[in-house]
Amino acid sequence: MKKIRYAPASRVWITGTIVAAGIVFSPFAFPENAVQEPVNLAFTLADTIDRTKAQNSNEEKKRAAESKAAFADAYKVFMHPRCMNCHPSGDAPLQGDKSTIHTMNVQRGPDGKGLFAMKCKNCHQDANLEGEHLPPGIETWHLPTAQRPMVFQGKTPRQLAMGFKDSAFTGFKDIHRLVEHVETDHLVLHSFTYGTRPPLSHKDFVARVKEWIDKGAELPDK
Amino acid sequence: MIKLTVNGKSYELDLPSDMPVLWVIRDRLGLTGTKYGCGVAQCGACTVHMDGEAIRSCVTPVSRAAGKSIVTIEGLEPSLSKPLQEAWTEIDVPQCGYCQSGQIMAAAILIRDQPQPTDNDIDNAMAGNICRCCTYLRIRQAIHLASRLKSSNAMLSAI
Repeated sequence: MKKIRYAPASRVWITGTIVAAGIVFSPFAFPENAVQEPVNLAFTLADTIDRTKAQNSNEEKKRAAESKAAFADAYKVFMHPRCMNCHPSGDAPLQGDKSTIHTMNVQRGPDGKGLFAMKCKNCHQDANLEGEHLPPGIETWHLPTAQRPMVFQGKTPRQLAMGFKDSAFTGFKDIHRLVEHVETDHLVLHSFTYGTRPPLSHKDFVARVKEWIDKGAELPDK
Repeated sequence: MIKLTVNGKSYELDLPSDMPVLWVIRDRLGLTGTKYGCGVAQCGACTVHMDGEAIRSCVTPVSRAAGKSIVTIEGLEPSLSKPLQEAWTEIDVPQCGYCQSGQIMAAAILIRDQPQPTDNDIDNAMAGNICRCCTYLRIRQAIHLASRLKSSNAMLSAI
């Protein structure tokens, strides 16, 4: 059974004296203004912190919304046939504005450059050929490799954005390499030079990708 | 002037840089084994090899071939041409024969890179070569036979 410990009479007396002295002398030690001002200051400070927090929260929300809006614009380019045709969900490239499977049973191959006598560069030259139904071309024509196929086809904006934030999907050390890729990669630049063009100019496309990342690389809702 | 090698022989030719390789080998060098089919890289009749890879010579500008080595059906190395020729004869593949030069050049790349190709490998490798006589099944048989002949020729020469 637990023992109840009573305070000795001397301890009660000393404590009571100190409290009484505090009550008697407090007006001299803490004049009214000297107490009130720090309290007001504290309230003002707390209020300011609350308002700043609210402002920051609003700014963060605005920034996130802008990031998502930028990705929504860039997504239209990523999913345009000029880009998506070389980021298919299967192992065959797509072709044309309807993104149909490439004729001739062309296959990706391990290095993304085709197989056997059906390699990309067998037909695709170092530059676009003039005339109808002739293959477009650039020196580095290829698909992503079999090991890292970077599939765009069938991805929602959210899924694609998640992919871009995943170095296993992109092969880039960090997300800023994505900007470098869309800004300088010859194949990306080339996509804006032939056939039905993507819905943004290359300059605007790069700006929207940059904005998406600079404003937090927010994931779209869907 | 454009320098290139065709079937092991060096040439220095005064040509417009956008002239297709097919025009060079047929009209300037007289190597008419390679055929003109569609002119837009769709049929494969004009297939030749450039630095060991198949190309559609009807759309390849000669400027891309500068300094490179072209091999046509006339100059295909014996380790590839012999088994293919024997197999094509044995199976009696051609009907009209117009596409066969391109078919053989494509098949040569396949059996070089994949010594024992499956039906799927053959379909993948040969789907870009169109045959208006539909000799596809005989081509497939002949490629299987050629790969076997190539392996046995290689074993014989190793003994």
